[in-house]
Amino acid sequence: MKLETLFLFLIALSIISYYIAMRRAIMSVDSQQSISKLHSMPTYHGYYAVICSFVPPMIIIFLWLVFEQRVISTLLISNFSNIKVLSQGEINLFLTNVQNTLYSNLFSQDGTRFQSEIQQATIILKSYQSISRIILSVFAIAVSIIGIITVHRKINQNYRARNKFENAVSKLLMTSSLVAIFTTIGIVLSVLFESFRFFNEVSFWDFIFGTEWSPQTALRDDQVGSSGSFGILPLFVGTILITIIAMLVAGPIGLMTAIYLGQYASPRFRNIAKPLLEVLAGIPTVVYGFFAALTLAPFLRTWGESVGLNVASESALAAGMVMGIMIIPLISSLSDDAINAVPIAMSEGALGLGSTESEVIKKVVLPAALPGIVGGFLLAISRAIGETMIVVMAAGLSANLTVNPLEAVTTVTVQIVTLLVGDQEFDSAKTLAAFALGLVLFIVTLGLNVFGLYIVRKYREQYE
Amino acid sequence: MSKKNLSLSTQQKVRKSLSSRYKKETLFQYFGLSSLSVGIIFLVIFFYSVLSQGFSAFTQTYISLKVDFSDNLVVKNNKIDSIDSNFDAIIRSALRERFPEVNNRRDRRELYKLISIGAVYQLIDHLDMSPGDVGSREILSFPTSSDVDMYVKGNIDRKLDESKRTISNNQMMWIDELVEKGEIKMKFNSALFSNGDSREPELAGIYSALKGSFLMLFITLIVSFPVGIAAAIYLEEFAPKNKISDLIEVNINNLAAVPSIVFGLLGLAVFINWFGIPRSSPLVGGLVLSLLTLPVIIISSRAAITAIPPSIKEAALGVGASHMQVVAHHILPLAFPGMLTGAIIGMSRALGESAPLLMIGMVAFIVDIPSVITDPSSALPVQIYLWADSPERAFAERTSAAIIILLGFLLTMNLLAIYLRKKFERKW
Repeated sequence: MKLETLFLFLIALSIISYYIAMRRAIMSVDSQQSISKLHSMPTYHGYYAVICSFVPPMIIIFLWLVFEQRVISTLLISNFSNIKVLSQGEINLFLTNVQNTLYSNLFSQDGTRFQSEIQQATIILKSYQSISRIILSVFAIAVSIIGIITVHRKINQNYRARNKFENAVSKLLMTSSLVAIFTTIGIVLSVLFESFRFFNEVSFWDFIFGTEWSPQTALRDDQVGSSGSFGILPLFVGTILITIIAMLVAGPIGLMTAIYLGQYASPRFRNIAKPLLEVLAGIPTVVYGFFAALTLAPFLRTWGESVGLNVASESALAAGMVMGIMIIPLISSLSDDAINAVPIAMSEGALGLGSTESEVIKKVVLPAALPGIVGGFLLAISRAIGETMIVVMAAGLSANLTVNPLEAVTTVTVQIVTLLVGDQEFDSAKTLAAFALGLVLFIVTLGLNVFGLYIVRKYREQYE
Repeated sequence: MSKKNLSLSTQQKVRKSLSSRYKKETLFQYFGLSSLSVGIIFLVIFFYSVLSQGFSAFTQTYISLKVDFSDNLVVKNNKIDSIDSNFDAIIRSALRERFPEVNNRRDRRELYKLISIGAVYQLIDHLDMSPGDVGSREILSFPTSSDVDMYVKGNIDRKLDESKRTISNNQMMWIDELVEKGEIKMKFNSALFSNGDSREPELAGIYSALKGSFLMLFITLIVSFPVGIAAAIYLEEFAPKNKISDLIEVNINNLAAVPSIVFGLLGLAVFINWFGIPRSSPLVGGLVLSLLTLPVIIISSRAAITAIPPSIKEAALGVGASHMQVVAHHILPLAFPGMLTGAIIGMSRALGESAPLLMIGMVAFIVDIPSVITDPSSALPVQIYLWADSPERAFAERTSAAIIILLGFLLTMNLLAIYLRKKFERKW
């Protein structure tokens, strides 16, 4: 049975269970008595029956799908004594070949090992998959029916169906809120796990303090320069360089925009200008990347030529400037929050003593709002470090250890993308390096965020 | 401080400094205004450059040719045999007939290059639609190759040296003649909206990417909207004040700030390598985007719930409703418009997201239109990324066109959100 059919079947079952339970509840009161003698309204009996008949099979299906792939692969491999003894990587390659053959008939490469085994395995895999689906269908439907019968038996006049139903719903709500936690755990585990495998091959200290990044691993063992070097420093310098350029653009502009819109602009002007600025935040990053790579970078290059500067066509400057424009709305809205949190009495006091508005802002409001603004800047920095598309399209690929904004540099995110895009084996050092970079990225942005949010919050409390 | 200053009274000192202070004030104000204009000027430049580059991609040049269907066609069982028939030859002979003066081998090869290689498929389609045309002569219009298209649109400088142009002097002469006689016409570029990706710019379209994007958004909506609302209701209404609730809260705020590319890594490691969902499929993309939009939806849904005055909840509790009934009968209906608005904004962000999709293999070159959620597919922003990488001038034009379409969708979604917010906004 296909999954879709199974779902439809289960939905049909639960609808039936709703009516059965409702009917049973109504029948459970004597015909002389009114329906109000029931503890719960008949619909609640129905709802509870739906939950009992639908949720348990769904959990089973979910768990089944999580583990199905692994179990089937293990069973499949155990059929072939000559494959079983291979390394993990070769087994994975074998499995990929089998799956490609099964799903798309793509497999026609000559010279691949184990041709006949792959053909055999494809047939076995197909039968395993259909067996697995049959067991799952039978199992899920049985559980659903058991659920219906159990509830059905219990229904009587005093059955507390509403309480049971509400309890079950509140558990479902809680599970939904746990999805966020599971996501974080998933991120941490997936990134950590692969990173550990990476650090088995490459030393941690070489990774952190190495000054050379060239992740090409050798195809043959005797190749020159085969080991590939994984020093993250050039990537870090590149990332920081682009982030600094972005913050130099976005910091002053965003802050001054917030001040101008908050203190000087007329309400009418603000109502037009603010949404326009918000548009900047809504433009997809790939579009910014396109603009940086195809409009700004060539412009900077010709401009550089005209004044005698040699600007690389994938300069850090172009990527950084466009990224800066992108984070203007973020900085502006965070600064606006920080400025608004300063009690109005403080600025009114200063105005009353005869200061001009700009003096109030510079000498009273800004110093008071400084922690909040700094916190906002930290959040913006974390955003800039994690930004991917702009740098993928507008910054370079080669890792230069330089702080010259006119040269091409590369960033952590660019390297993650280049390492993972295209065909890959899952456990070469090159692929695993992407996860190690992801780990670094995750830790740095998380740290900046937690710290930034902490400062923003702590400071807000001071005036409240 | 100088001696002269000391001799002045405070009032005099203030008066003396006043003009410079006022000057600073105006300066500061202008500084603020110019900062604001940087953002707005960028917007203007940006929209101008995208629109001016992309607008021409919505039209495409076509050549009208008289084709002879009497030759080169093989008919078997009343059907045209598409393997044995030589459609290429039909088009070539039509071109030769149009320009009989070209008889040099090299020149002829140049002549054939005027027409897109997609013309063959158009011929096949035409004969499928009207098989009665076999043996007759028809005037059909075929898409030109992208170089001709660029030349007609004025994107190729005719004064350049021949070797630096993608179009030769001969070709220029022929095109000019055709344009003069009205045999080259601009038509609406329907291929852009009905084709998948292609190596040939004139055949490349966004349909497969668009469909992939919508399949993904659909999955994102059905996964993250219910889960997000449920989580928001739990956190606002039912969560006990304890460590676990705090942890969930901190978690959601931090998830909202995790770089999107990290979600892509999660998708690659968990959904593809562990669950075994096919790479590049809208299913895996949709799941990754759901996790990405979940925090956005939770945060906005919670804001919608807190905006409801507690008196409504208390009144319902007062007449004997259970907590769950209060939520189902009052809080959820009242907060729903706000939640929906948040969801639309989250969806629009998911539509523009491309970095995590690169991680899960959506950059593959995909020509076919995905029909189910496990087919390999592309996404609109990823298509933009891929086209932006192509060196041909014609692809730059199409990239801009795809950007216009993407921005159009985003604009519609955001306007819808604003409309909903305005319509259902309530002051309590």
